[in-house]
Amino acid sequence: MESFTTLEAPAVPIDQPNLDTDQIIPARFLGRPRESQAGHLFNDLRYDAQGKERPDFIMNKKGYEGAQIVVAERNFACGSSRETAVTVMVDNGLKAFVAPSFGDIFFNNCFQNGALPIRLAAARVAEIRAQLHAKPGAMVRIDLPSQTMVGPDGKTDRFEIDSFRKDCLLKGVDEVNLTLGYEKEIAAFEGRQHQEMSWLDR
Amino acid sequence: MATTQTMPPSTMFEKIWRRHVVVDRDDGYTLLYIDRHLMHDGSEGGFAQLRKRKLKLRRPDRGFATPDHYVLSDSRRTADIPDPQHRRLVERITENAAQSGVTLFDLGDERQGIAHVVGPEQGITQPGLTLVCGDSHTSTHGAMGALAFGIGTSEVAHVMATQCLWQRKPKAMRVSVDGKLGEGITAKDVILAIIAKIGAAGAVGHVIEYAGSAIRGMSIEGRLTVCNMSIEAGGKAGMVAPDDTTIAYLDGRPFAPEGAEWDKAVAFWRTVPSDQGAVFDRDVSLDAAAIVPMVTWGTSPEDALPITGRIPEPSTASDAAKKDSMERALDYMGLVPGTPLEQVAVDRVFIGSCTNSRIEDLRAAAKVAKGRKAVIPSWVVAGSGLVKKQAEAEGLDKIFLAAGFEWREPGCSMCVGMNGDTGKAGQRIASTSNRNFVGRQGPGVRTHLVSPAMAVAAAVSGHFTDVRRLLG
Repeated sequence: MESFTTLEAPAVPIDQPNLDTDQIIPARFLGRPRESQAGHLFNDLRYDAQGKERPDFIMNKKGYEGAQIVVAERNFACGSSRETAVTVMVDNGLKAFVAPSFGDIFFNNCFQNGALPIRLAAARVAEIRAQLHAKPGAMVRIDLPSQTMVGPDGKTDRFEIDSFRKDCLLKGVDEVNLTLGYEKEIAAFEGRQHQEMSWLDR
Repeated sequence: MATTQTMPPSTMFEKIWRRHVVVDRDDGYTLLYIDRHLMHDGSEGGFAQLRKRKLKLRRPDRGFATPDHYVLSDSRRTADIPDPQHRRLVERITENAAQSGVTLFDLGDERQGIAHVVGPEQGITQPGLTLVCGDSHTSTHGAMGALAFGIGTSEVAHVMATQCLWQRKPKAMRVSVDGKLGEGITAKDVILAIIAKIGAAGAVGHVIEYAGSAIRGMSIEGRLTVCNMSIEAGGKAGMVAPDDTTIAYLDGRPFAPEGAEWDKAVAFWRTVPSDQGAVFDRDVSLDAAAIVPMVTWGTSPEDALPITGRIPEPSTASDAAKKDSMERALDYMGLVPGTPLEQVAVDRVFIGSCTNSRIEDLRAAAKVAKGRKAVIPSWVVAGSGLVKKQAEAEGLDKIFLAAGFEWREPGCSMCVGMNGDTGKAGQRIASTSNRNFVGRQGPGVRTHLVSPAMAVAAAVSGHFTDVRRLLG
């Protein structure tokens, strides 16, 4: 997995609460090769039925073209477990997500793809979104080692992240390989469970 | 664990969690053992990652697969799937199961169906177990007293390779529904009322335990419906304590234990429920008697209202952001604020999905359909081949067909918008599924979530109708 350490990049604000992963990539584009999915990020928010850009969608507005950070509303990326919701973002250069809360599965899927989800207080996230609306293309700086984020206003926020997740992101740890290193413990567990819950092993 | 000290009272979730810890790291992360892994035609990505790593499934005996997302509801032949990439995914689950050794309920087998219907039906889902699937509605299985949650493709591959997952322990929340549900009020109305109360993010970071007399009084089918939509409240999982109802349901199921093993399992299952005095991080309660048939009006499952209500006025929103999101939802849904819900005309009806496609759902729907005629196109899609067979044995198919409904083949069908079963832009659908997201049933399609009985009431009236008037 690719590592994540620091990122200083333009950010795009997305104001809709409960924005679900069906909006990030509609179901009809799943079950396709990954390389063909990148063009369908936010497909139905971004394009109308004729494939024409909807001018009111934030990512179609001038100044947000090079965004690598999304600053969103509560319960961002809720709904379906589709990991494509993360990979399609990453393939469009979007590698960090800031919101008051996230859909739990999306949150976990980020760490499998070298992307960083950051939870901050709702009021602060709203403030940053307002700044990004006022100044399209404004920069946000994220520093994972120090767990800090600097907004367009130059104000620094500290964010919380599990040290396990932080470590894995910083080093680009492959979780499967990490877990295979615990073979002894897994086998011991299975031996114990076989004794206690033998009906599972028939 | 010190045996000389008395353990403080534990929640059911806490007990199951503790029992499945393989490694507890100092940094608060836990390697959790996974007892059951359900797979479907969308699981090819996990198998592909495994092949790339040249790894085998650690425990194929703990894996169960059935195609559901991409299968057709009007044919049982894989070859009939028009989209070659979708067809390939359905073929791949057959090949993957054969190569890996997981148990497969394939197309043509009467046990095939929606993974979240098949698991409990086959007795694969049992109390006290951990269960995962690469699908967010895995929360369904918690109705059996299991800890069950959805995961993404990379974690699917991780479970295939290691039978474990890295997890931070979520918090515990109890939602109590006490009292007696009124006539015509179903589990679907209960869960929609819960989500309307706590919001689509109301349970983020929590495992929900549903408790109270109304939940205890529900059948397993009803509990599965409630737990199914835990994810729509943001919950990591939803659970109901196993009891006599659960044990009676499991008795004789193909993958449930037998003989002495059954007795041993039952003795364990009796220890699974939360201890008296167990402390939850959050407690919410609802009065069952106050719940009426529910209908969603917007594009989030939290936008649910009693059928007696009216389309809400954005001007009453608490803040500008809320007002903006209500206006957006009303615009997409093509609804005028202030309109009584019963006056909203419906174009189509879908009865099915992992929320509401079990035998009890079909019985409730047939009860309303009997002797009436659908005035709009209406589908019934049973959750599994066995549900379909049971319904046919009870003559429910005849009732639906006589009422002008289509009686179709098991799968996710119109819930998921990825197998050809979609509505047309602008169509308004009364649906027993779980998500009214923008475009969920096809671009521009307007989805309203309802119970099976309420879906039939809409089908025979052409508009949303309080089903209580059609009963009795």
